[in-house]
Amino acid sequence: MSDLLVTENMTRYFGGLAAVSGVNLRVAAGELVGLIGPNGAGKTTVFNLLTGVYVPTSGKILFDGRVANGLRPFRMARIGIARTFQNIRLFRMLTVLQNVKVAAALRARQSLSSAVFRTPGQVRDDMRIHEECMRLLERLDLAQYADSRADSLPYGVQRRLEIARALATHPRLLLLDEPAAGMNPNEKSDLMALVQRLRDEFSLTVLLIEHDMRVVMGICERIYVLDYGEVIAEGTPEAISGDPRVMAAYLGTEEA
Amino acid sequence: MQSFLQQAVFGIQLGSLYALIAIGYTLVYGVLRLINFAHGDVFMVGAFVCYYACTRWLPFRDLSADPSAATSNIALAALVLVMAMCVCAALGVLIERFAYRPLRNGLGVADAHFWGLVAALPFALSMGKLTQVVPLAAWLAIGVIFGYTLRPVVRWIARRSVRTTSRLNALITAIGVSFVLEYGGLLVVGADPNFVPNVVPEKVYQLPGGVRIGTAQLAILAVALLLMAILRYIVVYTRRGKAMRAIAHDIEAAKLMGIDTDRVISFTFALGGALAGAGGALVAALTHVKITPLFGLLPGIKAFVAAVLGGPGSIPGAVLGGLLMGVAEAFVAGSQYSAFRDAIAFCILIVLLLVRPAGLLGRHVAEKV
Amino acid sequence: MLWLLGRVGGVALLAACLMGISVWLTNNIETYYFLVLIQCGIAAVLAVSLNLINGITGQFSIGHAGFYAVGAYVGASWTMLWRPQLADNWPWLATGNLSGDILNLLIALVLGSLAAALTGVVVGTPSLRLRGDYLAILTLGFGEVIRVVLLNIDAVGGARGLAGIPTLVSSGNLAAFWVFGLLIAVTTLTRNLMRSTRGLTWLAVREDEVASDAMGVDTTRVKVTAFVVGSGFAGAAGVLYAHFFTGISPDIFGMDVSIMITTMVVLAGTGSVTGAIIAGMTLTALPEALRFLKDYKEYRMVLFSTALIVMMLTRPQGILGHAELGFGSFVRLANRFRRKERGSAA
Repeated sequence: MSDLLVTENMTRYFGGLAAVSGVNLRVAAGELVGLIGPNGAGKTTVFNLLTGVYVPTSGKILFDGRVANGLRPFRMARIGIARTFQNIRLFRMLTVLQNVKVAAALRARQSLSSAVFRTPGQVRDDMRIHEECMRLLERLDLAQYADSRADSLPYGVQRRLEIARALATHPRLLLLDEPAAGMNPNEKSDLMALVQRLRDEFSLTVLLIEHDMRVVMGICERIYVLDYGEVIAEGTPEAISGDPRVMAAYLGTEEA
Repeated sequence: MQSFLQQAVFGIQLGSLYALIAIGYTLVYGVLRLINFAHGDVFMVGAFVCYYACTRWLPFRDLSADPSAATSNIALAALVLVMAMCVCAALGVLIERFAYRPLRNGLGVADAHFWGLVAALPFALSMGKLTQVVPLAAWLAIGVIFGYTLRPVVRWIARRSVRTTSRLNALITAIGVSFVLEYGGLLVVGADPNFVPNVVPEKVYQLPGGVRIGTAQLAILAVALLLMAILRYIVVYTRRGKAMRAIAHDIEAAKLMGIDTDRVISFTFALGGALAGAGGALVAALTHVKITPLFGLLPGIKAFVAAVLGGPGSIPGAVLGGLLMGVAEAFVAGSQYSAFRDAIAFCILIVLLLVRPAGLLGRHVAEKV
Repeated sequence: MLWLLGRVGGVALLAACLMGISVWLTNNIETYYFLVLIQCGIAAVLAVSLNLINGITGQFSIGHAGFYAVGAYVGASWTMLWRPQLADNWPWLATGNLSGDILNLLIALVLGSLAAALTGVVVGTPSLRLRGDYLAILTLGFGEVIRVVLLNIDAVGGARGLAGIPTLVSSGNLAAFWVFGLLIAVTTLTRNLMRSTRGLTWLAVREDEVASDAMGVDTTRVKVTAFVVGSGFAGAAGVLYAHFFTGISPDIFGMDVSIMITTMVVLAGTGSVTGAIIAGMTLTALPEALRFLKDYKEYRMVLFSTALIVMMLTRPQGILGHAELGFGSFVRLANRFRRKERGSAA
């Protein structure tokens, strides 16, 4: 199994504060890996670094063997890293189908001029994208919402749409930022099943930030634990749940 | 080309005026994150108040004929300053209440009556100027009637509108207010330039180095410094001032702490308006430039650049920015590129926004992803 | 390539019809109304071109008159300054005959639009790092800088501007053809774009730039392209203005014009192409009713500004919002009334 994503000593400073410091991650192709840690540990910052929103102050990011530091976010998407957001960032006034189409535009075969002049090639490309996106919506059980505005959807459906949108970019690595936030236990079970199914059906590698331990322990094959910007533990769910350092980070230590 | 020092002196005079106006911008930006585009026109109103007070309303005496009248004239001049400040403070509060607050809080009954009065204006004006009894009475009567008829309309709108407090909407509104003041002013007083005659004794002193300084310039500087000192006292030591700073930090938290944000915001606009009005009065009376309803636009924009230069939300920054803008303009005006003296402000703005949008003394708040 | 032939044929047919209509209009409408019509057309082009930048891509630009001015000045410079120098060697560049006029107008259009588009790059690129009101002020600044620069170039007349520009647009009674042809072209191209997946990415940039970036949209390219295309069209409108109204000066292209165009876009509903056309035409034609007033210009601005304020307070998304006015929307509107009636009867 080859490593799809490797970070070496990834560090990011904001002013004098190290939000992320010396982080070494290793994610192999096809793995479902979790990233956990208390609030403010720097998990979303890691995601932002991996998707090009921030540039690492030092250290390297290697995606599929090639250096991916400092690439702009849209380039990160083009080489195959897609994400969802902690606070849902859908295109609120666009419909569900349109949201997904925007992401699919990445693989479109139409230039600006062909779109403006509506060449037959462009029309065909649009139809292809339309069908592809509709099929994607069907696979994620969103087809009935296709023409609804994104901001009119129930919360759980919005979260699913964010995932669908990310999938439309044909990613190899999918970063999910707290996908189960705000869900009730039933919805969380559905989500867990969904993530695993997607990983298998779309040949994805998944890196997942989550606070709900049941979700993390339930589907992650390996887990990284972050605290104050540093990786303090790494291993299988069983190893992590018994690790005293992890418990100290979440619960604090007893005052002697 | 004048000497370096002379230009510097002129620059400081210009700069202190820009600083007065810039403080108004930065105060409002601090509490509301709004660029009050209409601020330059408040300055213009202050200048007009000064003009009318000096030439028509107050008993100024001609100094060339009666030099002993100097003290009474100076006293009257101080009164003019206060008048301009009061009128402009009120104007600032009015603008905030009816153009900006509805964007935050939605439309209310008072807004219906305000717009009723506005709608009644053309009818009343067709009967004659508002300074006469009949048109004035007609305006009030029709205005009140319109107000009551607008009440249900306003309620209907308030129910249906989804308020997205977009800063852009507020900016568009501000631009609208600015234009209403300018072109409305043109309709009311016409485009003829007005000049305020010499009402206070103005002597010019020759300093070593070929620099000439007049009492007018010293007066401008003195008044500006005094007002800034008073403002600093208000902002730092009074409860209202502290409330202003709290709102500038986090308006929601301020509300939770029991601060009546609407009143404090009104107060902020009053302060800014007063300073702009003072600036207008000083310019009108002491620099004798021509005053037209459009003349506030350019100084307003330059003062805005000064506020951005100093760092939006920072009062010392506004003062610093104002001085820098004034000096820069003075040097450009005195050089061979004098035709570009107005463009220098825009060039500084463009460079500033590209290189350091936070300004010299401000903080840049990045968007959290 | 059959579709290309079909396309070209269709466009040629449309052009011929439009030319016919133009000739008929010129000869059968009173001059005053014709002037207003032309102004409405130009205003509509400006509104649609600004809508591309403001409404569709979500970048609030209020210096649009600058691009308008660049187009007008460059186009006029061709006709009045550069062409005469070349006409000695190339006599087919002479004006005065129909073919020469059309040729020169086309050259002026190309040069004017390109110059304006280039200005769009200059303005759009630095604007990338700014959002919302800062961007607006920056574009306002650029608009004013352009005006001041033009004011100080003596070669194009400085403060007095250029007068006596040959009326190439009116040559052959084709004024309406040029103006409304441009309008149709701009509208069609914009609508094509908006119906395509490409166009969706522009709307996405308006909705959420960070998310668009994450989904693989080159937001920089989209934003700059919007500026370039929008400014190019505004420049074309400027060329037509210059060659119809024969005289241009910097004060025609001041901040008040920028604000008026912005008002049109905002009033109609940012993002609505048909709305921009309607607003452009209405807001140009309606104030004409006030022309009898002594202080017409001032009244017009006061009304515009008041309308802007009222709009912001009551319905900031504009009258049409993001919807387009087409046949379908009338049907939908009728359906809504029918449903309401049935509901009350039941």
